Amino acid sequence: MCNKTKCDKSAFQKSRRKVLKGIAAGVGALALPASNASASVWEAFFQKHFRELDKTELQQVLARLESEYSKEFGKTVNVKATPPIEGVKYGYGLDLSRCIGCRRCVYACVEENNQSRDPQIHWIKVLQLDKEKGVYLDHAEHYYNPAEVPEQGKFYMPIQCQQCENPPCTKVCPVQATWPENDGIVVVDYNWCIGCRYCMAACPYGARHFNWAKSKLPKDEMNPETHYLGNRPRPTGVVEKCTFCVQRTREQPGRYPACEEVCPVGARKFGNLNDPKSEIRYLIENKRVFIFKEDLNTQPKFYYFYAT
Amino acid sequence: MKTHLRRTITFAICVLALCANVVSAAKVEKFFDRAGNLIVQEKVEKYKRRADEGETYPVPPPPFSEDIFPCSECHAEMEPNPERRELVDMHDDIILDHAEGQRWCLDCHNLNDRDTLRLVSGEVIPFTESYRLCGQCHGDKFRDWKVGIHGKRTGYWNGEKQYLLCAHCHNPHSPRFKPLKPMPPPVRPENLNRQGALEETGHQ
Amino acid sequence: MKNIWNFFKGTLILTARGSAAYYCWVGGLLVLMIIGGFTYVIQLNDGLIVTNMRDQVSWGFYISNFTFLVGVAAAAVLLVIPAYVYHWKPIKEIALLGELLAVSAIVMCLLFVTVDIGRPDRFWHLIPFVGILNFPQSLLAWDVAVLNTYLVLNLTIAVYYLYNLYYKREPNKKFTTPLLLFSIPAAISIHTVTAFLYNGLGARPFWNASILAPRFLASAFCSGPAFMILVFFLIRKYTRFKISDEAIQKIAELIAYAMFINLFLLGAEIFKEYYTASVHLAPMQYLLQGLHGHNALVPWIWTAMIFNVTAFMIFLIPDTRRNNTTLVLGCVLIFIGVYIEKGMGLVIPGFVPDVLHEIYEYVPSGLEMLLAIGIWATGLFVFTMLLRVAIPILNGDFHVADDGVDCHIGDNLFFLGKADREKRNVSVVEKTEGSGS
Repeated sequence: MCNKTKCDKSAFQKSRRKVLKGIAAGVGALALPASNASASVWEAFFQKHFRELDKTELQQVLARLESEYSKEFGKTVNVKATPPIEGVKYGYGLDLSRCIGCRRCVYACVEENNQSRDPQIHWIKVLQLDKEKGVYLDHAEHYYNPAEVPEQGKFYMPIQCQQCENPPCTKVCPVQATWPENDGIVVVDYNWCIGCRYCMAACPYGARHFNWAKSKLPKDEMNPETHYLGNRPRPTGVVEKCTFCVQRTREQPGRYPACEEVCPVGARKFGNLNDPKSEIRYLIENKRVFIFKEDLNTQPKFYYFYAT
Repeated sequence: MKTHLRRTITFAICVLALCANVVSAAKVEKFFDRAGNLIVQEKVEKYKRRADEGETYPVPPPPFSEDIFPCSECHAEMEPNPERRELVDMHDDIILDHAEGQRWCLDCHNLNDRDTLRLVSGEVIPFTESYRLCGQCHGDKFRDWKVGIHGKRTGYWNGEKQYLLCAHCHNPHSPRFKPLKPMPPPVRPENLNRQGALEETGHQ
Repeated sequence: MKNIWNFFKGTLILTARGSAAYYCWVGGLLVLMIIGGFTYVIQLNDGLIVTNMRDQVSWGFYISNFTFLVGVAAAAVLLVIPAYVYHWKPIKEIALLGELLAVSAIVMCLLFVTVDIGRPDRFWHLIPFVGILNFPQSLLAWDVAVLNTYLVLNLTIAVYYLYNLYYKREPNKKFTTPLLLFSIPAAISIHTVTAFLYNGLGARPFWNASILAPRFLASAFCSGPAFMILVFFLIRKYTRFKISDEAIQKIAELIAYAMFINLFLLGAEIFKEYYTASVHLAPMQYLLQGLHGHNALVPWIWTAMIFNVTAFMIFLIPDTRRNNTTLVLGCVLIFIGVYIEKGMGLVIPGFVPDVLHEIYEYVPSGLEMLLAIGIWATGLFVFTMLLRVAIPILNGDFHVADDGVDCHIGDNLFFLGKADREKRNVSVVEKTEGSGS
C-alpha cells in the first residue's frame, strides 16, 4: 500500500488501483478455476466508487451494465450518467390544498423508476391526515383505501425524499456511497453501498428504502431509459431513494419528474430554484409554504404549500 | 367521459405538437384532434390574440364532447334564440351547476357564432382561449394558472411548456372536481415477505 | 519465529485435549455454530427479507446484540483499572481473563455487524485507502476504527502476556503497561462511539438524548462485570484456577455503583420525556406502556426493570452480596436485564413509531434468532478456546518443556469432574502453603 504519507492524490489513487488490481488478480486466480463466473462479476466486484471513475472507466462500467440489463430484460437498456446541469438547483413544490390522495404519483414513480414490485418498494408515501389536527403525524393513516378520495375532513400529504441541502443521511454513510450532487439531488451509488442502513436510521422522512430481497421487475414493465444514479435496476442488499427522476430532469430539455407529470390535480410543482421565473420560485415567494420537520435543520428543497 | 379525456391528455399533447407541425408546413385548412373532432382553425386564428398583444398560452385542443364540434354544423342553419330558457330538445345532458342562478348558456357561448365564446366585454374568443372566460370571475386562479401554479403545465421544466385549459380538468358546466378511486395502499411491512401479498391489496 | 510456531502448535494440541464435559461443551457450540452458518447461507441467498426487519424498522435483533456486546467488551477491561492503576493484586491476576472476554465480545460484535449488512461482499469499501472510509464524518466509520483497534489491542496484550509466560519469561512491563493504560480510554471510547452512533440522529428522538452515552457506559459496567463474575464462579468450580472471593467482591461492589448510576440516568430520561410530554414521548410510551394497542416490548422492558432493581438490591445489601448464591442470582438478573434494556429495549423504540409515525411491531424471525445464537456460540467458542490456553498457562500447567521446543501439558482435562475437583482442592492447599512461606 502507500507508505508515504506525503504522496499526492493521483499517486495515492494509482497505488490504490494497483492494490485493487492485485487483489482482483489474486482472488480471481483463486476463484476462477473453481467457478465459471464471467469476468464481469469480478469487474463489478472491484468497481471503484462512481466519483472516482475516470471517463473511460465510466464508459466501461456503463457499457457493462447496459449489456447486463439488456440481457436480463430482453430489450435494449440505456444507462446514462448525465452530470448535473450547471447553475441548476432543483426544487419541488407540493400543494397540500389540492392533493386528493389518489396515489397516482406513487405508481407512476414505481413504473418510471423500476422499483421492485415484489417485495414492493414505494418511494412516495401518501399520508391521510385529519384537517382538524393538521400536520400531526401521530394520527396519520398510511393504508387508507376508501372507494373514493378525497374523504370528508381529510387532507393528504405525499412524502418522498426531500433532497435536503443539509442531508443527515449522506453524513452518516460509512463509505460515502451516497452524496448530494451539485444540482441538489441526493444520490446513491448502488454499486458502492454496503447495505448497513445507517442512512435509513438517519433520514427523518422515511425516504430511503432497502432492497430486502432480489427485486422482481417484470420485463415488459421495465423502463429501459435509465441513469446510473437513478432508475437503473438495483442489486439486492442496497439502499435506494427518490432522485427527482434524474434520468428525466437532467436532460436538455428536461422532462418533469413522473410524479409531477401524472398528478391529476396539478398539486405537484417542479423547477429550478435558481431561476426567478420558475414555478417553484413563484410559489415560494407568493404562497404559504412550510418545510417538513424544519426544526431538524435538514433544509429540504421540497416545499409544501397552500395555493389557496 | 371526463376521466377518459383526462387520461388521454398526455397523448393529446403529443398529437397537438404533431398537428401544429403539419398545419404550419402544409397550411391545411381543417384539422382534427385525436378524438376525430374537427378543429375550426380559421376561427382560432381570427380571434386569437397576437402574442405581442400579451397573453396567449399554448394549450392542447379543448376537450369537446364527442361529435359535437363544430357547433356551427347544426347552429348555422338555426335562428339564434337569445331568450333564456330550459333546453329540452338538445343539450339536455348538460346540467349547469356553476352559478346557474346568475346565468345561462349564452352568457358564455357566443350567440351569433357558436364555435366561439364571448367575454362579458363582448369580445369574442376561440375555445382555445377559454381560460380568459374563466378568468373573468376566477381572477386569483387565473393568476396562479398563468405562472403554472394552479392546474399544471406539461412539457419540459427547462424548455417548452404547454398549459392545460381549465376545461381539461374542470367540467365548465359543473366545475367541482370529481372524487377518484385511489390506487391501492402499500403492502404492510408484516406482509412484505409473503408471496402474493400484492394481489391481496388489489394491485393490478 | 520458530518459538511462535511452537507455541501455536502447543496451543492446538492443548485445545484438542479435555475432559468429556469439555468435549460436550465445545461440541455443542460447534453444532450451534454450524446451524448459524447454514442460516447465514440462507440469508445470503435470499437477502435480509428472511429477517423481520423492514424499511420501518431497519435495524433489529442483530444490531441490538451488537450494541449490548460492545458494552460487555468495554466493561470487561474495566477490571484493568483497579488491577493496573491501583496495583490491586487480587484482580490483577484475573484482569487477563477480562481482556480475553473483551476479545470474544468484539468478535461477536463484528460478526453481528457483518450479518446485518446487505452487501458483506463489499466489506473492502470500509478499508481505508483501499475503499473509502468516511472518517471522521460517519460515526459508523469511527466505530469500525475503534472496534478494530480495541480488538487488536486486547489481543496483543493477552497473547504477548501468555506467550511470555509460556516461555517462562517475565513480560516486559515497558511494553504491556502503556498498552494496558491505553486500553482503558479505548474501552470507554468503543462504547461512547457506539452510543454516539445512535445519539447523533436528529430523526430519532428516542436516541437523540445526550444522556445516552453515560447510560451506555453505566449499563455496560453492570453487564460486563456481571458476566465476568459468572465466568469466575464457573472457572473456580470446574477448573484448577483459583480466584479469590476478595476479587469477586470488589467487582460486585463496582456493579452496585454502576447499577445505581444506570437506574438514576434511566429515571432522569423517563422523567424528562413524560413531564415534557411532547411528540417525542411516543417511543418511550411504546417501550414502557404500549402505543395505540401495540405493546410487544412492554413485558420485556418491565422484566428488565424488575431484574435490574432486584439485582441492585442484592448488590447493595452486604449480606446478599457476600452470599455466593444470591450473588450469582444477581449477576444473572443483571445480565438478562441489561441485555433486554440495552439490546432490543434501546434499538427498537428508535424505530417504533417510525419517522412518519407508523407502527410496525418488530419481533425477530426464527432465522434471525438461530443466526444470533450461532454468533453467540462462536463468541463462547472463542472465549472457551482462549481460556483453555490461558488458564493452564496462568496455573503453570502449560509451558515450554525443558528441551525448549516441545510443550509441557499438565492439565489434560480443563473441565474437571467432581472427583478431580476434590483432588484439586488438595493441590490448591499445597500451593497456597507453598506461596505463603
